[in-house]
Amino acid sequence: MKKNISLIKMKERQKGRVTAILGGSGFANRMMSLGIYAGREITKLSHFALRGPVTIKVGRSVLALGHGMAAKITVEVE
Amino acid sequence: MIKRVFLIGNPNVGKSVVFSRLTGIQVISSNYPGTTIEITKGYLKADGERIEVLDLPGTYSLESSSKAEEVVSALLKDSPRDEFMIISIIDSTNLERNLYLTLQLIEDGYPVAVCLNMCDEATHHGITIDTRKLEELLGVPVVSVCAVTGVGIKLLIQRIQEAKEKPIRNISHEERWKDIGSIVESVQQLRHRHHTLRELLEDASVRPLSGLLMGIGIIYLAFKFVRFLGESIISRITDPIFLDVYQPVLERLSLFLGKEGQTGNFLYHLLIGDLINGAIDFKQSLGLLTTAPYIEFGMVLPYVIAFYFVLSILEDTGYLPRLAILLDNLLHRLGLHGYTIIPVLLGFGCNVPGIMATRILESRRERFIASTLISIGVPCVPLQAMIFAMLGGFGGFYVLGVYLVLFSLWLILGIILNRVMKGYSPELLIEIPPYRFPPLRTFWKKLLSRIKWFLIEAVPIVLLGVLIINILTFFNLFEIVSSLFSPVISGLFGLPKETAVALAIGFIRKDVAAGMLMPLGLTAKQLFISATLLAISFPCIATFAVLFKELGFKDLIKSTLIMVSVGLVVGTILNFGIMH
Repeated sequence: MKKNISLIKMKERQKGRVTAILGGSGFANRMMSLGIYAGREITKLSHFALRGPVTIKVGRSVLALGHGMAAKITVEVE
Repeated sequence: MIKRVFLIGNPNVGKSVVFSRLTGIQVISSNYPGTTIEITKGYLKADGERIEVLDLPGTYSLESSSKAEEVVSALLKDSPRDEFMIISIIDSTNLERNLYLTLQLIEDGYPVAVCLNMCDEATHHGITIDTRKLEELLGVPVVSVCAVTGVGIKLLIQRIQEAKEKPIRNISHEERWKDIGSIVESVQQLRHRHHTLRELLEDASVRPLSGLLMGIGIIYLAFKFVRFLGESIISRITDPIFLDVYQPVLERLSLFLGKEGQTGNFLYHLLIGDLINGAIDFKQSLGLLTTAPYIEFGMVLPYVIAFYFVLSILEDTGYLPRLAILLDNLLHRLGLHGYTIIPVLLGFGCNVPGIMATRILESRRERFIASTLISIGVPCVPLQAMIFAMLGGFGGFYVLGVYLVLFSLWLILGIILNRVMKGYSPELLIEIPPYRFPPLRTFWKKLLSRIKWFLIEAVPIVLLGVLIINILTFFNLFEIVSSLFSPVISGLFGLPKETAVALAIGFIRKDVAAGMLMPLGLTAKQLFISATLLAISFPCIATFAVLFKELGFKDLIKSTLIMVSVGLVVGTILNFGIMH
């Protein structure tokens, strides 16, 4: 069954499809230029404890984003 | 006719290496996003024409969502369209992401040529890109280049004039990504490969537990290796030169200048300084020809070489952004984010480039906190080399003590500044580059240019500093300074009043200031306190100037006041807090 969760709730090494980017258009634009937009497939690599950064793989790039940013990205997972 | 060439591309695609190849100008390049913080200008010759080349900071798009992006889009808007062309530099190993910016540039109608950089690495990764097909699809010249070795650069220069202005197209961001998808599909071929050791390490370093273990190990090894290399250069190269070759020459000169340095012989005092037990002592004589060159070349330079050697390895392999992720959480509590580790590490070499590198931080608030913390809690290599040399003799405990005090100051002061200052600090958002083997040619060039930079910056000021010191001591003018400050220096810090002079010289250069402590015969505790104070109390003049440039007058004063008051408090606490 598919469900929508935030990037933070994803498990390590889990794949998913971005469904929404919350927050302002500035943030969405920044994500867009990095290749993160609704419909895009991503893989979560790791998550650091105590509201630490999240690392993901998008295409061939590995990105690290702060906890708050990760919370604004909604992902559809199996 | 094209008069200017702009090098534009995503962060960390090797723009600066291409720039060096095109212009012959050596600029610092590393394996992390944001090495270039200023626009660098150079010239290339093509068909007898001199064309200006501009190396621009890396950007992901033409929307202004960061400082680097603002710089690039402003430059493009303000330049007359028929006079420039753009070389859009692409990391061949990451074609898809890189094409986003390239397509934006082409859609906006700019004359563009595409440089597919790192073509050798792409081959290594099992990626083949059909250059001719890409050229067809994009409608602009595409050249495959490996800037580190220089392959393809000539062809790139030849094809600059082929870039032509185009009609402007308007498409949405989503459509652009769709276009990119189909372009990549038709030009790129991936050969499947098994996982390599490098990929395993890449993976391990971004996971919390294994990443932390790796981080501790790497930092420990880096520190050990800097010490080992520095000490080896001193004991095998510089000390033998100074003691066996230079000293006999000086002894002769000393005899020639005057018998055992009679008092009142000004020239003797200036050049040789004081004889210690009847002989020249490089650490204590304090002359222009004795202590001045010894401090710079015999004590500091070996560590400068060792430090930049290790730092350059860390930079070029691509480890630093991984360290940034590990430290993000801690630094977030200080109103900064993980990427601050880059200016901090550069600051350990010299505070000046460190503070300049705070430009990779987005907000003014972060830049203020980072610059202030760097000037207080990050001792530069010259000062650290002196601290090792002077305090090391009393035991590693004291050296470690200085670092512990500085680290605690980072935490305490950072937490306070984060609470007190208005606004909030943005979060970490970085791309983690793949591990790379340091490209040897650029590695050595970078190391050499950093050492050269150090020598050009340091030597004149060191000589000037020692000259001033000698003139002032000869005429006994230091008496006034030391008496003036003795309530603070002796009363609060428990140091002999002559230390005031050394601390004041710290404004000129920290290594010379530390050198002035050597003849004073301080106890371990006194040396510990004065070394710590030299690190925190006041920036040297070069740092002062760069703080002014980066922060402006008002924030410079704020930052300086913080430093002076922290210095007063810490000096007093250490004096009354440590029993000995």
